[in-house]
This record gives sequence, structure tokens and C-alpha cells, in this order.
Amino acid sequence: MEKLNGLRCRECGRHYQAAPLHVCEFCFGPLEVDYRYDALKGVVTRESIAAGPPSMWRYKELLPIDGDVAVGHHVGFTPLIRAQNLADELGCREIWVKNDSVCHPTWSFKDRVVAVAVTKAREFGFDTVACASTGNLANSVAAHAAEGRLKSYIFIPADLEQGKVLATLVYNPTLVAVHGTYDEVNRLCSEIADKYRWAFVNVNFRPYYSEGSKSYGFEIVEQLGWRTPGHIIVPCAGGSLITKIWKAIKELKTLGLIDGGLGTKMHAAQALGCGPIVTMIKNDTDVLVPVRPNTIAKSLAIGNPADGYYAYKVAKESGGSGEHATDEEIVEGMLLLARTEGIFTETAGGVTVAAAKKLIERGVIPRDESIVICITGNGLKTPDSLQDRLDAHVKIKPSLSAFDRALADLKSQTS
Amino acid sequence: MPVLVRIPTPLRALTKGSAEIQAKGDTVDSLIGDLERQFPGLRERLLDEAGELRRFINIYVNQEDIRFLQAKKTALKDGDEVSIVPAIAGG
Repeated sequence: MEKLNGLRCRECGRHYQAAPLHVCEFCFGPLEVDYRYDALKGVVTRESIAAGPPSMWRYKELLPIDGDVAVGHHVGFTPLIRAQNLADELGCREIWVKNDSVCHPTWSFKDRVVAVAVTKAREFGFDTVACASTGNLANSVAAHAAEGRLKSYIFIPADLEQGKVLATLVYNPTLVAVHGTYDEVNRLCSEIADKYRWAFVNVNFRPYYSEGSKSYGFEIVEQLGWRTPGHIIVPCAGGSLITKIWKAIKELKTLGLIDGGLGTKMHAAQALGCGPIVTMIKNDTDVLVPVRPNTIAKSLAIGNPADGYYAYKVAKESGGSGEHATDEEIVEGMLLLARTEGIFTETAGGVTVAAAKKLIERGVIPRDESIVICITGNGLKTPDSLQDRLDAHVKIKPSLSAFDRALADLKSQTS
Repeated sequence: MPVLVRIPTPLRALTKGSAEIQAKGDTVDSLIGDLERQFPGLRERLLDEAGELRRFINIYVNQEDIRFLQAKKTALKDGDEVSIVPAIAGG
């Protein structure tokens, strides 16, 4: 089945053949994979999807892969959890957590985009993959390059969390720490990608890479029993994920896999110290003003988000909104999710939980509607953010009497 | 005032394949005017019908995004380096 029509400019509509290209030569608009939905309709069904593997590849026909999957066979199909304790705490009826903090193999949703990009790099015959990263992408590109026996060059801001540095180095890539912000790393990589013939997953492979995020949206709808939730709260860095979840819902509608209207409001969550997309939404302007990031949520610290404009449009078009979270609220968000649901997410997840809480408390999200919170990364990668907040534990000698005394002390403190 | 301008791949068809060119201008705006004189057609790739920088193009003067400076009015001096860079995805 011929399902792909090459690439198409999102802005001016010009067509390009399938190639490692990401920018329209004429207007600089981003290129996007063009599917032949007419050929997919009736072929991709709820049944055909359910018969697929328990991974993101159950949606392979809706991803830009021509041949076999090359790497990341077990990525995705992560749990969608009914978070009743959290719902009770926030006074809501129905909250779900889409938990990519346990995505295989590198514990973030980036495995979805990288599995597509690296498979595509192999299809185009590249022997080297590369990326600019705030951490999670670095882990995932290095891991999938190892699996695919490709060389990898990973560019990160030099001040990245140690956990994310180690969780990249373990796969033996060439890791380049750049003294600068992620936006500076990004600009440098754009120039490097112009000079070296590498598959930069988020530069020249961006049209393919970003499609992988759709699987997160497909899974939410399928796991809800082919129902769209009332609200989805999405952490935003470059703004691609929120755009692609929305695209996923629209594709399922186009293919006749969901009944009724789209029915979902998309909400953007960002840190106050780096929230240019939410600022656009709050000010109701489609002009992005870049910022210099200053937040503990380093995986979201992109001051000049490439898809900021589209993220803003998704929030507007769906009737959604956006909310900022302070560093303090981010930590409280992480602790709230851990305390109520037993899920340890990274700072980005803290942003999402905190933003959801604020939107619910402000009445923007009604308490009686269904809510999905997107948790996209794992807390064990960023333990430093909690170091100061969590130091209370009981230290005793190895004797029963010592424990008895400690327990009595604890009880007197809490009574 | 000669300034070094780095040209990204999508624009090199207009610069006869050159990745780096020399151009003149007191400001980014006048630099774009000189680029257009040297390579006709380049201006409309960078600016929209209203004369504003296209949404998905970033211009940097000595590694600094001009939106943090004085945008198109950002002053240039001898030896400055200007990069034209398409927007790229997050990570």
C-alpha cells in the first residue's frame, strides 16, 4: 500500500519528494509528511490496530515508515492510569495519567520520536545519527544508535543534570557539551547539520521524527476505549508534542475511528522561567517572543520553540488554554503525583501536574470533565531537583530498642 | 562595512552554492538590502509581503538572536558574523 506522498510545506503547501529535508526552500516553513488518507481509510481499523503489537508500532501505518522497523521494537503502549487518588485530592471526577515515565527503553516519550527517526535514517542509508538535546532526547538517540549499530553525535548544554549525562554516556556516543543554552546548542546544530551529512533527528529528520509523537495521542484515545477525553494537559518545550497529539486525534477522526466530534481541549503547560508558548496563549498573540530560560525544568528549557506558533494555534483551535508553573510549584507537582499515585516523574511532569492543578482551581478545566495529564519523563533522571526538599528520614542503630524509640518520637511529632 | 553572512542550505541555490558570503550594511535591514542587490530574490525569502522577517527564520548577529537585540534595526560593524538559521525542533 502506497501511503506516503512525500513531504509538504505546512505554510505554503509546496510538495517535496521524501528526503532528509526539513525546511521549505521557498518560505522556510516546516515540512511535514503527507499521507494518503484515502488509501488508509478502511484499511486502518480499530481491529487492525488491536491485532498489532503492544507497542507504538500498532500504529505503524500512520507513521512515516516504508519498510520494517529497524530499532525500538518495544517503544510505547505505556500505561494510561486512572488516577483516582489524584482526582480525589483535586476534587475532580476523572483524571488519567498517560505514563511515559516508563517508556521503554530510556524512560521518556522521546523513544517514540527517535524510534521513527533512526529507522528512517537507516532507510535513507545514513551511518551516523545526531541530535541537539535537553537530555531525554540525548539518552534516546544514544540508546537507539547503539541498538542500530550507528555512530552518534549528541550535543547538550554543558549545565545538564548529571543523571541525564550519565544516562547518555553509557551507550558510548560522542557526547559534546556546549557552553550555552539549549537554544544556542540548537543553532549550532543547525549549522553543523548543514555541513556534515548526518541524520540529525531534530533537524533534517524533523518531519519524520516528530510524527512519532502521534503514537502518544493514538494510545490515549485507544486506551480510553476509542473515546477522546475532555482535556489533555501537555508539557511544552519546542511545542511539537501538543501539536502532534492534536494531529493524532484529527487523524483518527479522519479515518472514522472515533465517534462524534473531536471533543478535546488541549492545554499547554510550561515553567514560568521559560514559558513563551503559554505567554502567547495568555496574551492571545501568534507572535512568539523568545526568552532566556531560567527554570529547574531543564528538559522544557527552550526559549525559542520552533513549533511555538503551532502549539499556540492548537490551544486556540481546540478551545484549550495554557498555564505557567513556578519552580516551587514544579517540585510540589512532582511530590503530589508521587504521593497520590506512586509515580515519580521528572521536573517536566511536575510542570504538567502543577499547571493542571492551577487550571482546575481556576475553573478553566471543569471538575466533572475527563482530564488526561501527560507525564513524559522519569524522576530518577533529575533527583537533584528534590535534594533540598526531601531530607527527612529516620536514622537509627541496628537494634529493636532504637527503632522503638524512633517510632515513639515520630508518633509524638505527628500527634 | 563588510560582514560575514552564513547562508543555510535552502538559500544556497540563490548564492550559487556559497555557504558564506561578504555583504555590507549598518543594520540588519540594510544588510538584507545589500544581499538582495548581490543575489536577487533573497529578500523575499527572508521577509514577508509586509517586510517583516518570516516566522520560521531566525537571524543571529555574533551568535545572538536579533530579537534579543534591536531586531532588524540591530547595528552591524566591521567583522561581525551574521547567521541565517531556520527554526528547528525541540529535544
